[in-house]
Amino acid sequence: MSTITATTREQTSRREQPSRRTLEKGPSGWLAVPALAFFTLFAILPLLGVLFLSFTRWDGLGEIKLDGLSSWQTVLADPVTGNALLVTAKIMFFSFIVQAPISLLLGVFTAASQKYRAALAVLYFVPLLLSSAAVAIAFKALLDPNFGLGPGLGLPFLAQDWLGNSDLVLFVVVFVIAWQFVPFHTLIYQGGVRQIPTSLYEAAQIDGAGRVQQFFNITLPQLKYTIITSSTLMVVGSLAYFDLVFVLTAGGPGYSTRLLPLHMYLTGFKANDMGAASALGVILVVIGLALALFLQRLGGKNRNASQLEGA
Amino acid sequence: MNNLKLRTAGMAVSAAVLSISLAACGSSGPAGSGASADSATMWGLTGGDQPVFQASVDSWNKAHPDSSIKLDFFANDAYKTKVRTAVGAGQGPTLVYGWGGGVLKSYVDAGQVDDLTGFLKENPDVQSRYLPSILESGVIDGKTYALPNNKVQPVVLYYNKEVFDKIGAEAPKTWDELMALVPKFKAAGVAPFSLGGQSKWPDLMWLEYLVDRIGGPEVFAKIAANKPDAWSDPAVIEALTKIQELVDAGGFINGFSSIAADSNADQALLYTGKAAMILQGSWIYQGMKKDAADFVKSGKLGYTPFPTIEGGKGDPANVVGNPSNFWSVSSKATEEQKKTALDYVKDGMFNDENVKALIDSGAVPVVTGIEDKLAASPDKDFLTYVYGMAKDAPDFTLSWDQALSPAQGDAMLANLDQIFLKKITPEQFASTMNATIGK
Repeated sequence: MSTITATTREQTSRREQPSRRTLEKGPSGWLAVPALAFFTLFAILPLLGVLFLSFTRWDGLGEIKLDGLSSWQTVLADPVTGNALLVTAKIMFFSFIVQAPISLLLGVFTAASQKYRAALAVLYFVPLLLSSAAVAIAFKALLDPNFGLGPGLGLPFLAQDWLGNSDLVLFVVVFVIAWQFVPFHTLIYQGGVRQIPTSLYEAAQIDGAGRVQQFFNITLPQLKYTIITSSTLMVVGSLAYFDLVFVLTAGGPGYSTRLLPLHMYLTGFKANDMGAASALGVILVVIGLALALFLQRLGGKNRNASQLEGA
Repeated sequence: MNNLKLRTAGMAVSAAVLSISLAACGSSGPAGSGASADSATMWGLTGGDQPVFQASVDSWNKAHPDSSIKLDFFANDAYKTKVRTAVGAGQGPTLVYGWGGGVLKSYVDAGQVDDLTGFLKENPDVQSRYLPSILESGVIDGKTYALPNNKVQPVVLYYNKEVFDKIGAEAPKTWDELMALVPKFKAAGVAPFSLGGQSKWPDLMWLEYLVDRIGGPEVFAKIAANKPDAWSDPAVIEALTKIQELVDAGGFINGFSSIAADSNADQALLYTGKAAMILQGSWIYQGMKKDAADFVKSGKLGYTPFPTIEGGKGDPANVVGNPSNFWSVSSKATEEQKKTALDYVKDGMFNDENVKALIDSGAVPVVTGIEDKLAASPDKDFLTYVYGMAKDAPDFTLSWDQALSPAQGDAMLANLDQIFLKKITPEQFASTMNATIGK
């Protein structure tokens, strides 16, 4: 590292100082070329491929036949698609209102530097280390009405048919998702809180503000952009929940947890209707983009500017 | 200025390098697999037969180092997805494990598997090895595309004798007896039936048997032949109604729709005495023999044919299930791989060693003239029962999800799930399924 810095400094000193104009224009656009190349190759091209497939009929084995809008008609007329959208919206909403407050409070709590908080933080972050499939398998075993936690410990209230009851299963899924992802958002909030200068709190204390006042008047406003970042990840991320739900409930019972991505997968790889699955994929992309743009808007124009005075 | 030009050139070079390396990435796939082009590949399923296949291939490879086979295993549901995607991409295994029926037909239509009729003609001893009715499931339009590779798999009604003794009941012979048992078991705190409802295909076994007992095998034959409105047959409606009556009566265990059959949780409910009965394939015997050795050895496991239904047209000896599993040979494999694969099918499969291993694992190989071997097995009661059941069946209907096209099969399982959950009526099921005919 030090050698690199040394050479750079040498080169800069040999070179003429860059003009103010160059600095204002920012780094050369050429620096974006590798990223753009990868993005085109792995995101844009496949996306165009999916768009093309959505106008075809293909069972994954035989010939790909151009078939106009028939796949789109199938998808849009299918009540299961509407249901999948509804389930996705429900999971998005509930997992947001469950995860956001918990991870915000946990993040604020773990941001301070006492030892016991550090020890607790280690525990909180454990679920972050586990793969979704492992989490799903573990919860499936724990929630089994016949061999799970309830009958195992002799606790009748835990012996519900958690994953087989259409009215209950959505909330169980939301709970397991929260269990897995709260640590991640806690980590983001912890980082955000640690960025807030202590001078603000010291000033507030001199003014006689209590802890609750400090939280609402300093911490929350200072975390505005962290909240937007975390919420974007939560909301757009809910469009991608797949592995966890697939292993936990396989979309069932019935269609009660068949999320849009799961519906896409099952349409493509179980029913072997690649055209319809591609149409669903396009819908998913459009919704994801719209949501991401909307949340970015919420951040306002100067979202990238520093919130710290003088920096 | 000079610097800028240099930088631009550098960028151009790195972009070029990047694209070359990416291009290399793209081509390294086929080249990589080309390195092992001399050995044939084979994909099997985890579970009961896994050690048998492994042992068979291991001994083949030992004896034939020049024409070896590379064997990989996958879980059932995951395999069905993976193999289709791989075959569609021309990356499938040399020997494709399958079930015959509509799925095999989709491979044949896409030209992905080889016609083995000539191979059977050249090797009459291979042809005569199998029970003829079982060979039939690998035939599409008069040509053989798949050869049986393991065991007969009729669906059997298993019961826990210990639990039956506790309430002094007998195995049900008629549907009315079955329904009468439900409240008795419930009163004793035992679920009448276990069911792996999350996997959906175990639900299907109920529909298959009920339709066969009520209307005979012709009802499904019409459906499979894509006759218009075939699903509206009164036998289908009555079967679905009976299923919903059983659900209403509390016939299936609490939480059945979240139990997955792939993890064997459904059979565990039977041998732990939480459920009195289960309708499942003969293949779960292998699992129970391993996981609940005491239960099986001490004779607590009972088995009986599916009950008869009063006024039903179907022969009570008819059987549903899988006649066998099959090997097809990928048409994308190299000549050398195909030769290895067929040599193995001829000499490695169903040799004495392989037949013995299958019987020892608790399965009935699909070959003729094994009655003595079955009778000598510690599992002789069950194996002889299954063998007789398959051999004497006037009709052996292939599992519907395999017999139909994949799109129809998937729609059927999804809608049947809705029937078990009572979200739709039998009439709604019939009209939804009629709309899938021909797809």
